[in-house]
Amino acid sequence: MQRRSDSERLSKEAELFKLRQQLAPHFLFNSLNSISALITSHPEQARKMIQQLSDFLRGNVRKEEQQSVLLAEELQYLQLYLEIEKVRFGHRLSTDIHHDEASLNMKLPPMLLQPIVENAIKFGLYDTTDTVTITIEARSENNYVVISVQNPFDPETSRPKQGTGFGLSSIQRRLYLLFARGDLFETRVEGHLFTTIVKIPQTTHNTSI
Amino acid sequence: MIKAIIIDDEPLARLIVQEYLQSYKEITVVQECGDGFEGIKAIQQHHPELIFLDIQMPKINGFEMLELVEEPPAVIFTTAFDEYAIRAFENHAVDYLLKPFNKQRFDKAVRKWLDQYTAAQAAAQTQGAANSQPITTSPESGLSPIAGDPSGETTVSSGNKTRELLETAAHSPSQQQRVVVKTGGKIKIIPVDDIHYLEASDDYVKIHTHNGAFLKNKTMNYFEQVLDASQFVRTHRSYILNVQQVTRIDPYEKDSHLCILQSGASVPVSKSGYVKLKAVLGL
Repeated sequence: MQRRSDSERLSKEAELFKLRQQLAPHFLFNSLNSISALITSHPEQARKMIQQLSDFLRGNVRKEEQQSVLLAEELQYLQLYLEIEKVRFGHRLSTDIHHDEASLNMKLPPMLLQPIVENAIKFGLYDTTDTVTITIEARSENNYVVISVQNPFDPETSRPKQGTGFGLSSIQRRLYLLFARGDLFETRVEGHLFTTIVKIPQTTHNTSI
Repeated sequence: MIKAIIIDDEPLARLIVQEYLQSYKEITVVQECGDGFEGIKAIQQHHPELIFLDIQMPKINGFEMLELVEEPPAVIFTTAFDEYAIRAFENHAVDYLLKPFNKQRFDKAVRKWLDQYTAAQAAAQTQGAANSQPITTSPESGLSPIAGDPSGETTVSSGNKTRELLETAAHSPSQQQRVVVKTGGKIKIIPVDDIHYLEASDDYVKIHTHNGAFLKNKTMNYFEQVLDASQFVRTHRSYILNVQQVTRIDPYEKDSHLCILQSGASVPVSKSGYVKLKAVLGL
């Protein structure tokens, strides 16, 4: 009996580990290409971007081991990622981040938001030739931190489906494995807006996260 | 003067190609484009000899853009890691530069193309007025020698090679979700779910959709291979239908049937087509 639950725990951990390995090679290689372009024309900017990319990668490695992080930390990490993306896409990408005070000290699994935002950027930016605003909103609600990420899309040419793309389906799976609940992840389509919503329960002893 | 166009949605990615091209006095970048729509317009306007093309771009990707260009120029792809794209390149004489690439690798691609281009120009001149075929569309113009290069470091395309590449690239899953057509001067992206049925029409395929019919310069075999076989069935030599659109199947003369669609259209079903259709519908 004990052995069985051990092996179940191990396979769950292995799956969770795999699900966290999100870093898209596209992001990394395109960022390196941007740096390569900046090196001759704007060496200072190139150095800055190397720093940002390093901090981002370091965060990625360090957070592997942590069980949960504060939203405040996660938002900082997200900011790092967004700054790199803004160098890549220039004026086409803008972001709008809101949060209430209480949510900042709430906890969530590490590196949960970045893949959601990456998905929104890809979805938003590759679906239009205009500028795109990604809206990120976090608020505390009873015993949950609720985070929504919104991007525009063109309903004429795209058909977002519930949990499509590796990014989103792996987020959904991660939340299920961590909390044994299927109702913490949701996507919505309203007009030309696509929204991903995650709810993270705040337990008194946060060991399960 | 050799005209080149750079098509990439990331400004810095365009900048580096510009910079590397500085050492080629004979090549002039006539325009930079941030997406495929601009790219098509620029190609029609300038008729460049060479384009540098990214694959993942807004709205339509690099492959889809090339499909809509009537006589595609030679292409050097510039792309980040992209597994399926690389598979496509391996079989065809088109060069690709993996981002980030250095000047040396860039020079190799450009010089190789330049050599072929110059040789083809010279050949065309010696042939003189006897052969007025445009170089880029002639299969024997000497533009296709290094296809079997064992190093896998393949070479730049002529129009034919570009077309071959597109055939292969179309088999990637991302392309099965939609079909891109040109109607009038406009480009239309049709999600496959909007397709009612496809009909052979001389050298074209007529795509019947919610919003009318569109022609695409492809074959029925092409669409049969590219579209998801659990949703699209070739019911007849000249017809492929979207099974989600079927409301009724009526017997017709002899061994054949007629499929009635939600739109009211009726699509012929041959004897063998009926067998395939029943299998997909689970009848």
